[in-house]
Amino acid sequence: MSVSSVVETEAARPTAAASSTSPFYWSVRREIWEYRSIYLAPLIAAGLVVLGFFVRAAHLPALVRETENLPPVAQMLRLAVPFSITALAITLTGLIVAFFYCLGALYNERRDRSILFWKSLPVSNTTTVLSKVFVALAVIPAVVFLVTLATQLIMLLIGTAVLAANGVSAATLWANWPFVKMAALFAYILVVMILWYAPIAGWLLLVSAYARSMAILWAVLPPLGLIIAERIALDTSYVADLVDYRLNGFMSLAFYYKKGMTLGDPLALATPAHFFGSPGLWSGLAVAAALIVAAIWLRRNREPI
Amino acid sequence: MACIEAKGLTKTFGATTALAGIDLKVEEGKILGLIGPNGAGKSTLLNAALGLIPYEGELKVLGRDPWTARDTLMRDVCFIADVAVLPRWMRVHQALDYVQGVHPRFDRARAEAFLAKTQIKKTSKVRELSKGMVTQLHLALVMAIDAKLLVLDEPTLGLDLLYRKQFYDTLLNDYFDHSRTIIVTTHQVEEIQQILTDMTFINHGRIVLDCSMDEFETRYVELTVKPDNLAAARALGPINERQVLGRSILLFDRVDREKLAPLGEVRTPSIADLFVAVMTAPQGAAQ
Repeated sequence: MSVSSVVETEAARPTAAASSTSPFYWSVRREIWEYRSIYLAPLIAAGLVVLGFFVRAAHLPALVRETENLPPVAQMLRLAVPFSITALAITLTGLIVAFFYCLGALYNERRDRSILFWKSLPVSNTTTVLSKVFVALAVIPAVVFLVTLATQLIMLLIGTAVLAANGVSAATLWANWPFVKMAALFAYILVVMILWYAPIAGWLLLVSAYARSMAILWAVLPPLGLIIAERIALDTSYVADLVDYRLNGFMSLAFYYKKGMTLGDPLALATPAHFFGSPGLWSGLAVAAALIVAAIWLRRNREPI
Repeated sequence: MACIEAKGLTKTFGATTALAGIDLKVEEGKILGLIGPNGAGKSTLLNAALGLIPYEGELKVLGRDPWTARDTLMRDVCFIADVAVLPRWMRVHQALDYVQGVHPRFDRARAEAFLAKTQIKKTSKVRELSKGMVTQLHLALVMAIDAKLLVLDEPTLGLDLLYRKQFYDTLLNDYFDHSRTIIVTTHQVEEIQQILTDMTFINHGRIVLDCSMDEFETRYVELTVKPDNLAAARALGPINERQVLGRSILLFDRVDREKLAPLGEVRTPSIADLFVAVMTAPQGAAQ
């Protein structure tokens, strides 16, 4: 075909105006479509918590009357329990969801061969993998945060209504769960966990991009094998300590608590300067970045299973 | 500009050679049938052209290197492969939203107009659709994209005759114009014979035959020979001979029809018959 005829046919066809696109946004949307547990699981956990609180609500007036004469710390320890448990339960749910999400994110699309459909569209591997990182480290924590706050608010309202119906003042209840401060503290905990657990998310995504089957074994067995091999061969536990540090190490970096400290201001427990200055955080983030780059490389090279 | 240009394109998987030095040039505006037995290297060739696998040798698709420029290349290239299934969890309206959201050349109204002619509901999930409907949906998405190259790898595998016929009719009537290029592989060769402009036979990772349909029609002649003339016909050097209902059918390459006409019935062979002849012939005999 000559150049002139190419030009002609190009001109003859009404060229559809290239519409604006946002591949990253739509890649995130499609993750939420596909993995509905991202929001369903925290909502179900929240529903169970509210149900449990509702059943126990009949005991609330008696509990508040009992605690009114206790010192503030003991009072808070007893009245704040349901609210902290709520945050704990929904956060744990979010962690489990994020764990399985990362493990499936680059594996399922290869197993059901839809990866070829995704790759038939002008979306780069980098955009795709980063959208999955974003879901694991931003969308899921955001869902956990919002669902937890909504749940705690509903519980406060149920509590207030029950107390009012029994002629007990709700002031003690609200005083022992300072909602806004607790929300700020919770946001801080979530940010700390996101940053601290980023290399774990990176590792799971890499396994997800690599495994041909049973991704969960690839994720768990290598560290476990290293721990056992090290214990037998060298009688040391460096790998085990490293894993333990990565799972739990953030607590002692991000918070400071001594027995007998007053709990008057929960935010006073946070030590962000200590956390953000710790080498453990930054080395972890560097490892996370390397693992994500490797996952992008693998997605480009791996074929459907 | 050639739509696809390959020189010495090679791909090996471990010890097996999938592509053993392919030289191929596909001009714009062609409908090329890529024909070969299972494991011949068709899909590997297409995967290389779509930037799905790395390769050795030279390959340019629309002037770009598909391996390094896949994401931009996909603005101008679409593909439907039997193996590139639409995600089963996706709803039809989600598929429309997503493609509209990521593809700058997607015309949603066009896709919706096409879907309106089918039984597909917008709220259905892909897993609820029949295989024929999934292909219709995929075709609706692809036809609404103003692409320069469309690659179809066994697009109608597992579909019944009605869907297959409708698929190619739609493609030809509503999609193809001479500024687009289509490459198609299928085992149902006879169904696409009428729509092709060019064909390429591939076997053992090599191109065995590469010609336009015009050339095919003038070059190859099939002769249903009268029994008495069999010896005379054989003397003209057929590339293949087969028996059908007790009669010998001989296939000739570049033999004058005038010479053959007195020996029996002469006609243009089907691609399928030529394919069998070429694939069973000694290497290079048909070139």
